Amino acid sequence: MQFPAIWVQLACCSGCSISVLNTESPSIKNVLIDHVVPGRHVNLRFHPTLMAGSGDAALEVTEGAESEGGYLLVVEGSVPTREGGVYGGVGTLGGKEVTMWEKTCTLAKSADAVIALGTCAAFGGIFAAAPNPGGCKSVSAVLAEAGIETPVVAVPGCAPHPDWFVGTVARVLLGGLPGPEDLDDLNRPKEFFGSLVHERCPRRADFDAGKFAPRLGEEGCLYLLGCRGPVTYSDCPERGWNGGRNWPIGNSHPCLGCVEPEFPEQFSPFFEKITVERLEQFFVRSR
Amino acid sequence: MQRIVIDPVTRIEGHLKVEVVVDGGVVKEARTSGTLFRGLEMILQGRHPLDAPQVVQRICGVCPTVHCLASTLALDEAFGIAGQIPDNGRILRNLILGANLIQSHVLHFYHLVALDYLDLTALADYEGSDPDLKSLRRFLAEGELGPFLPRPEGDYRLTKEENRALALHYVRALDVRRLAHEMSSIFGGKMPHNVGIIPGGVTAGPTVATMTSFLWKLNDIRQFLADAYVPDVLTVARRYGDHLEQGKGPGRYLSYGYFAQGPVAGPLAQRRCLLPSGLVSGKGKVAEVDTSAITESVAHSWYAEGTDGAPAGATTAPEPKKPGAYSWLKSPRYQGESCEVGPLARLQVAYARGEEPVRTATDAVLTELGVGREKLESTLGRIIARALECQMVAEAMAQWVLMLRPGEPHCVPFSIPEEATGVGLTDAPRGALGHWLRIKGGRLAGYQAVVPSTWNVGPRDARGAPGPMEQAITGLPVRNPEQPVEVLRVVRSFDPCLACAVHLVTVRGRDLGMFRVL
Repeated sequence: MQFPAIWVQLACCSGCSISVLNTESPSIKNVLIDHVVPGRHVNLRFHPTLMAGSGDAALEVTEGAESEGGYLLVVEGSVPTREGGVYGGVGTLGGKEVTMWEKTCTLAKSADAVIALGTCAAFGGIFAAAPNPGGCKSVSAVLAEAGIETPVVAVPGCAPHPDWFVGTVARVLLGGLPGPEDLDDLNRPKEFFGSLVHERCPRRADFDAGKFAPRLGEEGCLYLLGCRGPVTYSDCPERGWNGGRNWPIGNSHPCLGCVEPEFPEQFSPFFEKITVERLEQFFVRSR
Repeated sequence: MQRIVIDPVTRIEGHLKVEVVVDGGVVKEARTSGTLFRGLEMILQGRHPLDAPQVVQRICGVCPTVHCLASTLALDEAFGIAGQIPDNGRILRNLILGANLIQSHVLHFYHLVALDYLDLTALADYEGSDPDLKSLRRFLAEGELGPFLPRPEGDYRLTKEENRALALHYVRALDVRRLAHEMSSIFGGKMPHNVGIIPGGVTAGPTVATMTSFLWKLNDIRQFLADAYVPDVLTVARRYGDHLEQGKGPGRYLSYGYFAQGPVAGPLAQRRCLLPSGLVSGKGKVAEVDTSAITESVAHSWYAEGTDGAPAGATTAPEPKKPGAYSWLKSPRYQGESCEVGPLARLQVAYARGEEPVRTATDAVLTELGVGREKLESTLGRIIARALECQMVAEAMAQWVLMLRPGEPHCVPFSIPEEATGVGLTDAPRGALGHWLRIKGGRLAGYQAVVPSTWNVGPRDARGAPGPMEQAITGLPVRNPEQPVEVLRVVRSFDPCLACAVHLVTVRGRDLGMFRVL
């Protein structure tokens, strides 16, 4: 049974796509070719990096989807909105240039649901950092302004762990859209974003014992080097990265907090430690 | 006469529009256009220098590690430690980068290029027992064929068996590139967007366990490169021999050198690299690279005038409605001329310098195909060069990992000066990459990057001279203007990365002469 998906790339770096290609179990072949859950096949009808067709033939797929409905929209990247959106085009159809802004709205309107994949789509992210030259905004902000009420699930990360995305898609296929009880106040699935990195960090004992790495390249708790673990909700300490081979703190690099709305703007400078004063610059959220 | 617009060009990285004028079955004029502007230089302005490597990685998720490295090399120079990086640090940086090069090249051939030549319908009547081919057959039968339909109705010339082999490897290559990222992450912390490369070296040193794990994933990949990637490329080259006769760029090739084998300090000419720096033009003569010869034109770019010639003085700002402009890319030029960069450029430079194993590997392939070396300056030549390079780098990496010394230093400490400048030059999977930065008052006062795909995909310059890709497309025969597959094959042979190409916007007050350009 078909489960159509349309994946668009806006003001992005493609890192989210590359990360999702790294899904291990299921593999990306399982996701795209096989029935990733019994009886359901994800039919990825549009993805600029992978799809066979180009130009008008490719964009017409999005128009077809918009008129049929019943698909999942995945958005990678933030929406450039300065000067009417001219800083980002998705393509030219029938001689007319289509902005990312316009295409995001028309696709979201007819979709069953939207996954805002990556910190850029979810919260604005890197290209929305000051001075935000392209006027980049999150998907939710743009849809809210346009009065489009299609539900949006945020799966942030810079880049997001493939498990977070594939897990969210599997949840939708097996049990429908996550309800409010499954999502936090930023619309992130609690399953993946429910506890602080600091709460599960293997180096927590060093923090508690006051053993801090004094400079980059040294062992110990990375708090003094700017670790954002204490303010970052993600399961990286348990899940690990790239098949569990490693993860940032495991590589003696402070957590950058890349799943949070504060990444990168409020968390910059990255290597300056969290203080009470700096905490006030971060958005205080309850779980 | 027909004007054809292809927008979006898919199966590349980023946002690209190509416009061609076809007359009498031949492309008379081509324009390539980057259609997204993000402005990372403006975002870096005023930030803490240490933020730069992590921020610039987000230029591109396919090749983030090279931007991190170029930025870090510039900081190494600015901090005065460029000549002091310990061997462990240098080697680990190379391994993190090399693993991502493998990922990038494998992704490129199988998942970006192959569908231009691969006819998946050859699987429809497959009756064998390979599980991947059986699932492709079932997939085809069920008819929900995204993302493989719609597809270019071009000429598919591979035999049924060749199609099946290529399809099988397309699926296997999905695992291979994932494995390459696992390798990169062993020393880089995570991929994409590694957290291992820092000024002074890397964050963590090698252990015997991580070396062994890395090496054995690499060995699996070396097997795939030898048994699948290189043979598949040659299969396509044999069926599409005419694609060795078309798609030539300007015939000038530039490289800054790739994979340092010694200190990254001093003039480019003195730096030992696996693949050497150089400029090759005309009759295959090699010149040393002089980075002060690099300029950028914005004549046909959506930026305000004032930066032709060596960039200096006035601020440039985005001007999306500038008359005569058609791209968010600038036009880098070397001594006023366009240059091609990337694996073919590196092969040309290395070959001209008599480097091994490049000479032997290249000659072996040319003998097998029965063609002369000039045929590599073509659509399929680029694809062959990329495959050979991937294999060469993988073989070298197997040596490098055994040179690591657990327990010895992997980085040196640094302090951040109030005022400094630095330049980081390295080749990247798609070509020559440079990051220039200036620190003032302990913060970034200027940041500039000239990236590979800007060299290859940039628009016409002030003299109206086309960019390399535009040149490669001009004169191309197009059998069916409704399905300009030949144009798209040339475009994809460059492995363009538009996210990389378009991020830069302003050269605010930067004069190349002010930097200690080597």
